[in-house]
Amino acid sequence: MTKVTLTVNGRTVSGDCEDRTLLVHFIREKLGLTGTHVGCDTTQCGACVIHMDGCSVKSCSILAVQASGSTITTIEGLAGQGELHPVQAAFKEHHGLQCGFCTPGMVMTAVDMINREGGKLTEEKVRAGLEGNICRCTGYHNIVKAILAADAEMASGRQAAE
Amino acid sequence: MGVEGIGARVTRKEDKRFLTGKGRYTDDMIVPGMKYAYFIRSPHAHATIRSIDASAAKAMPGVIDVLDGKQLQADGIGNLICGWMIHSKDGSPMKMGAWRPLAAETVRYVGDAVAIVVADSAGEARDAAEAVVIDYEQLPAVTEAVAALAAGAPQIHPEATDNLIFDWQLGDPEATDRAIASAAHVTEIEIHNNRLSPNPMEPRATLGIYDSAEDHYTCYTTSQNPHVARLVMSAFYNVAPENKLRVIAPDVGGGFGSKIYIYPEEIVCLWASKKTGVPVKWTSDRTEAFLTDAHGRDHVSKVKMAFDADNRITALKVDTIANLGAYMSLFSSAVPTYLYATLLSGQYAIPAIHANVRTVYTNTVPVDAYRGAGRPEATYLLERTIETAARELGVSPAELRRKNFIRTFPYQTPVIMNYDAGDYEASLNAAMQAADWSGFAARKAQSEAKGKKRGIGMSCYIEACGIAPSAAVGSLGAGVGLWESAEVRVNAVGTIEVLTGSHSHGQGHETTFAQIIAGRLGVPIESVNIVHGDTDKVQMGMGTYGSRSGAVGMSAVVKALDKVEAKAKKIAAHLMEADEQDIVIENGEVKVAGTDKALPWFQVALAAYTAHNLPAGMEPGLKETAFYDPANFTFPAGCYIAEVEIDPETGETDIVQFVAADDFGNIINPMIVEGQVHGGLAQGIGQALLENVQYDESGQLLTASFMDYAMPRADDLPSFKLSHQNTPCPNNPLGIKGCGEAGAIGSPPALINAITDAIGNNSLTMPATPMKVWQALHAAH
Repeated sequence: MTKVTLTVNGRTVSGDCEDRTLLVHFIREKLGLTGTHVGCDTTQCGACVIHMDGCSVKSCSILAVQASGSTITTIEGLAGQGELHPVQAAFKEHHGLQCGFCTPGMVMTAVDMINREGGKLTEEKVRAGLEGNICRCTGYHNIVKAILAADAEMASGRQAAE
Repeated sequence: MGVEGIGARVTRKEDKRFLTGKGRYTDDMIVPGMKYAYFIRSPHAHATIRSIDASAAKAMPGVIDVLDGKQLQADGIGNLICGWMIHSKDGSPMKMGAWRPLAAETVRYVGDAVAIVVADSAGEARDAAEAVVIDYEQLPAVTEAVAALAAGAPQIHPEATDNLIFDWQLGDPEATDRAIASAAHVTEIEIHNNRLSPNPMEPRATLGIYDSAEDHYTCYTTSQNPHVARLVMSAFYNVAPENKLRVIAPDVGGGFGSKIYIYPEEIVCLWASKKTGVPVKWTSDRTEAFLTDAHGRDHVSKVKMAFDADNRITALKVDTIANLGAYMSLFSSAVPTYLYATLLSGQYAIPAIHANVRTVYTNTVPVDAYRGAGRPEATYLLERTIETAARELGVSPAELRRKNFIRTFPYQTPVIMNYDAGDYEASLNAAMQAADWSGFAARKAQSEAKGKKRGIGMSCYIEACGIAPSAAVGSLGAGVGLWESAEVRVNAVGTIEVLTGSHSHGQGHETTFAQIIAGRLGVPIESVNIVHGDTDKVQMGMGTYGSRSGAVGMSAVVKALDKVEAKAKKIAAHLMEADEQDIVIENGEVKVAGTDKALPWFQVALAAYTAHNLPAGMEPGLKETAFYDPANFTFPAGCYIAEVEIDPETGETDIVQFVAADDFGNIINPMIVEGQVHGGLAQGIGQALLENVQYDESGQLLTASFMDYAMPRADDLPSFKLSHQNTPCPNNPLGIKGCGEAGAIGSPPALINAITDAIGNNSLTMPATPMKVWQALHAAH
C-alpha cells in the first residue's frame, strides 16, 4: 500500500492504495466520486477523462501513485454546487447526452478543447478533437452542436469581459 | 400542445444529474461489506471440463471463496432459457440445448462462465482466478452458421442434431414458386448481414445482496426490464420466489437490446451472496462485454425477387441461415423469425412471399436482439435486392420503389403483418428533395473531375414497433404478454408520481412521460416525477425494447390518467355543485366550463385525501393503475438517402450527406426523437462501414476490444439532415409509432447502395472497409 495525496476539486485528499491502482479506480472507489466512468480497458473510450494540472487526461491510463501531488478536477468539480458550467449547460440545451455514461468524459474533453482552442473551433476540429471519446447513443450530432454552441457563448463572454 | 406538453421541445429533466456526475449506475453502488466477483471463463471455443482445482486460489490473500458449476447445480439453480417457442415446419419444437449459468461439464464458446472468485478487492479476485487450475479437453469448434450445418461439423449440443435448432417457414411456398416460374424478370442475390457487438458504453454490472434474516435477495443490475428479470430468475432459475427478490435497474448506460436478457452473472452473484454471506458485485470489463454480451445479426440469405413485364414485384423468396451462437438467449428464436420474416413485404405490395429460416448453433457468443432485431436484416435484404433489380432492369431505383409502394391502408401482407397507416411516397419525395436527388449528376461530375467516385443510394424501410398484442404474440410462441402498466399517483398537495413498467436507459422517459401529464393537466413539468426500474416500487411491467415505451408504455400512462381525471372531475363537480359533464381540467385548474368557477388542481387532490367532503360512497385518495395491451404493432417507416464520395486510391468512403425522412406517427418531444434517429443512424453506419465481430477458425474472438472492433467515432460521421412526414397511428391513444430503431434499420442498405453505385460493382459485403471497397472497385474496372 502506498499513500497518495491529491488536490481534487479544490480539496486536499489522501488515501492508501495498491501500487497497481489506476487513478480512475482511486477517484471512484477511494474518493467516492463516481461521476468519472470506466467504459473500456484499452484507453479508447474516454469515459474517464479528468483534468490533471489543467490538462485532460484519461484517468484509466495513469496510476494513482503517479498522480500523487497533482491537482485534479473531475466532472463533480467543474461548476459550483447546483450550477452548470457553460459546456454542461450547452449539452443540456442541445440534447448532447442520452444515457449519460460517456457524458462526464465528453464534457471534460470539450472543456479542455475550448480551453486550448476557444473561439477557433469548427465542426471538423470538434469531430477530430473527440477522437478519444466514444458515444454509442447520440451519433455525436448533438454533442458537436453543443460544443460549438458552448465555444461561441464562452468566446462572446470573454469578449464582453474585455 | 403547450410549452411543456405533447409536441414540445422540452430539455430533459434527468440531464442535470448526468452532467454533474451524479448519475447512479450499478457499478457506482457500494454497500457495507461488499466484495468483488471475478468470473473465470473458458479460453476455449469448445471443450469438456475434466477438473477444477481451486485449492491454491482459496488460500490467497483476500479470497472469500471460489464457486463452480457443480455447486450451483447442487443448489438447484436452473438453466438459462429461451422464452419464445418456435416450431419447425415439420411441427417439431425448437431444439434447445442446456445453458448452465456456470458450465459444469462442457464449455461451448470463448467466454463461457466456469467459476466465480469472490474476494475483498477486484484485483485480489483477478489474482486468485489465475491460480485456479482447470483441466480442459479441447473439442473441435465451428463459428460460421453455414459450416455448422455441413456434414461432419462439430456437434455442439446433443439435443440439436447437425446443430440445427429449427427449420421454420412463413408464407406460401407454392404460390411463390409459381410466380417466380412465370416472371418476366427474376433478381437473385446472396445477402450477408454481418455480426455486431452492441457495446452500450456502460458495461454490464450486477450487485447481489442476500439478507439471511429475511431470506431476501436484492439484485442491482444493468437491465432494460427489471420485472422480466425478476420473473425469469424466480420462475425458471429458482433463485428466489418473486416476493423474496427485488430487482433494481438504476441509471443504465445504454442497452440497444443487449440488456434485455438475464445473463449468468446476475444469477450467479445472487447465489454467491447467499453462499458467502456477503454482498457480491461484478462489473464487466470491455473485453468481457465483447465475449459475453449477446451479439446481433449474423444472417446469410439467398433471395429471389420476381417481376412482371411492367416491373411490378410478383414474388419474394428468401432462404436464410441465422447463427444463434452457443446457446439460445432469451428472445433469440423470435429475432430471425417473427421479427424478421414478417417484415419481408417492406413498403411494397408483394402478392406472394415465402421465407425459410434455419437457425444454427455455433461456438460463438449467443446472438439475440440488437437495435432493430430482425428488422434491419429484413430491410437490408429487401433494399439491396430491389436496388439490384433496378440496376438489372435499367430503371430508376426511386421509380421502381414508387411503382411497388403499398398505397391503401389497412394493408394485409402475406406474412402476418397488417399495416395500419402510412404514406411511403411522402417520405420518398421529402428525402429526394432534401438530398437534391436531381442535382446528383452534376455533383458526380464534379467529383470525377477531382478523381473521386461519387454514388447515391436509398433505402425505404418499414418496421414493426410497440411489440405487441399479448394474445397475438402468445399465439406465435412468446412466453410472456407484451402489455405495459402505469400508475398515476397524485399526492395530497397535487404533485404527481408516475410509476411505469417501461425503463429508460437513455431515452429520456423522465421528461417525455412527464410531458404527457403536464400537457393534460396544465401543471408544471417539475411537479411530475417518473418512477421506474425498481420491482419494489413499480407494479409489474414488461420493460423497454422494440420502441415500445411510447406506443405501449405511454398509452398505459394515458389510460391511468384518464381514470385519475374522471375521479378528479367527480370530486370537483361535487365540491362546486356542478354537473360532472361540465368539468374541464386545464392550466392546473379544475373548472366548470363556461363559468368562472374553478378549483386549483392541488385543492382537488387535497380534497381526495382529506376526504371530508367526497361524493357519497367514493373511496378517498387519487391514484389509479392501468394495464395497456395494444391492438396491433405500430409501423414506423421512412426513406433514407446516402451520398458518398470514394477515393479510388485508398478505397476510403466519405459520407458527404445523409438524409433521413421518417414517419413516426405523433411525436411527444421532437428533440428526443431526433436524438434517437441520430444514434440509430450512427449504429447503422457503423454496421455498414466499420463494425464486424470476427472469430478465427478455432473460435477465438479477434475483435474483443475497442482497439480491434471499429466503433463509429465523431470523425467517421457527418451531421444528419432529418425530416418527418407523420401519419398518426390509429391504434393507440397518442397516435405514436416509435422511433428508437429506425436509424439502425434504414441506414445500412442506403449506404451500401450508394457505395456500390459509386464503384460500379454490386458485390460488396458489410462492413465496407476501405480494403473491401478498393478491391471491389478494382475488380470492376
